[in-house]
Amino acid sequence: MTSAVAAAGVSKVFNPGTPEEVVALDGIDLEIATGEFVSLIGPSGCGKSTLLRLIADLVEPTSGTLTVNGKTPHEARLDRDYAMVFQRATLLEWRTVAKNVQLPLEIIGVDPDDRERRALEFLRLVQLDEFADHYPWQLSGGMQQRVAIARGLVFDPALLLMDEPFGALDEMTRERMQMELLDIWRSTGKTVVFVTHSIPEAVFLSTRIVVMSPRPGRITAVVDVDLPQPRDFDTREDPRYYEKMTEVREALRAAGVGGS
Amino acid sequence: MAAMAEVVGRRARAGGVPPAFRSTVWFLAVVVSLVLAWELYKVVGKALEGTVPLPIRPDDTSMPHVWDILGELFTRRSPSEPILLVVLLRESMFTLREALLGFAFGTAVGFGLAVAFSQSRLLERSFMPYVVASQTVPLVAIAPIVVIWGAKIGWPVWVSVAIISAYLVFFPVTINTLRGLRSPDPTVLELMRSYAAGRGQTLWKVQVPAAMPFVFSALKISATASVVGALVGELPSSLNRGLGRALLTFMYTFVTGPEKLFAAILVASSLSLGLVAVIALVEHRVLGHRRLAG
Ligand SMILES: Nc1ncnc2c1ncn2[C@@H]1O[C@H](COP(=O)(O)OP(=O)(O)OP(=O)(O)O)[C@@H](O)[C@H]1O
Ligand SMILES: [Mg+2]
Repeated sequence: MTSAVAAAGVSKVFNPGTPEEVVALDGIDLEIATGEFVSLIGPSGCGKSTLLRLIADLVEPTSGTLTVNGKTPHEARLDRDYAMVFQRATLLEWRTVAKNVQLPLEIIGVDPDDRERRALEFLRLVQLDEFADHYPWQLSGGMQQRVAIARGLVFDPALLLMDEPFGALDEMTRERMQMELLDIWRSTGKTVVFVTHSIPEAVFLSTRIVVMSPRPGRITAVVDVDLPQPRDFDTREDPRYYEKMTEVREALRAAGVGGS
Repeated sequence: MAAMAEVVGRRARAGGVPPAFRSTVWFLAVVVSLVLAWELYKVVGKALEGTVPLPIRPDDTSMPHVWDILGELFTRRSPSEPILLVVLLRESMFTLREALLGFAFGTAVGFGLAVAFSQSRLLERSFMPYVVASQTVPLVAIAPIVVIWGAKIGWPVWVSVAIISAYLVFFPVTINTLRGLRSPDPTVLELMRSYAAGRGQTLWKVQVPAAMPFVFSALKISATASVVGALVGELPSSLNRGLGRALLTFMYTFVTGPEKLFAAILVASSLSLGLVAVIALVEHRVLGHRRLAG
């Protein structure tokens, strides 16, 4: 079985040879098996978004090799193997919420009836079906982000690349969205690569946590989270949940990041 | 008390004064102020005459009374003719036809150029300088050439005039549309890239919609330009029709009847104004639901 993502010695240098040169990533080795839920955690600027963008073929690695579903990232992108949920919602302001969610389906060429049905289905999932005919500016930031998540899920990609998708949500919504995401992940067998700043979130969601450090961006530790599946409200009360949080916190501290 | 509160409440729910009404009031206020300023200048100017130098003589030949200008609109020049307003409106329709064709043609060319430039930096670098240079050639120099060439090809003269009008129209459309096509957030373009969207899809689903507010700004400029272009285009033509020709005729007879020229100018401005108003209306319908429309 091919892995969903395989990076070997991947590095990314922005503006090489100029005074603004930034080594965003250096010597990244990472293998993510199909069906895994992997979180990337680390301080601001350690290259989490850059790593997602490399997988998504939005930037090219400076060196190293990277495959996605056994293909080059370019081929995987053309095959629409993944959906990217960006750090900001990036909705089209002239489209209604429903039309925004339909956008990828339009591009793929799904017929209109099917588009509407599927968009509504995923809007229901993020509990925004009542807002289908609203425009993005009529929604709060957290609601906009949920629309963006629905838009990512709607075309059923095998790989989900999510860049702090729940960062703008309140605690209640966040926990509900985490449960929904886990449901989708479990029932569809998708692979998820998930960027977060939150240790509890990473531990609750992931099968593995990749801890990164900045300047240059490196992987400093990989923590296996062998908490029982499916995760539910009991998970947050399991003593092993707290042990894992401590383990991740120490890995971050060892990486020279301090508390957080 | 309670009844009054209810009335106030109802008015607030109705959204107060509609914005279209408010802008109409403002527009009329400006018109009235201009009329007052005009007449005040005449009164004060007459009182001061001979003591201070005045830029324009306040007499009735240089600056006829506003009511005389309006009165002229309802006067027949000869018993066999309708009143001047009707004559001018007929000529306006002729000019409007030229302006509308010029507007449509110029907008299509302008939009097409902007789309082409947005797709290729090389095209933009090669041809944009000529687009800019085209506007440095004075229209009065181009107009006769187009009319002469048009006659050789066998176009009706009003079509040649429309071409002259299009020459003024396309430029603001090109510049503004191009800016609009380049305005989307880079992350949105990345989103489209992540869907493996084709260039055409990105163009029609993201760039063109994002450009619409810019396009409408351009269309308002172009609408007035299309009328100016048509007026100027008529001057060297052999036509004896159109508002531009009327302006020319009344310029010759200014000394004996200055009111006629001012009356024709009023009608010409109203024509432009009407076109801009139509575009603003369409803009409101198309972009009304966007946050920053306007
Ligand atoms: N397009 C770019 N051009 C130049 N430098 C860039 C570019 N994108 C990212 N960088 C740099 O690369 C480094 C990593 O950025 P990245 O956005 O991947 O960090 P991050 O881990 O996602 O941070 P955050 O948690 O704040 O989102 C930063 O130092 C950033 O300045
Ligand atoms: Mg980031």
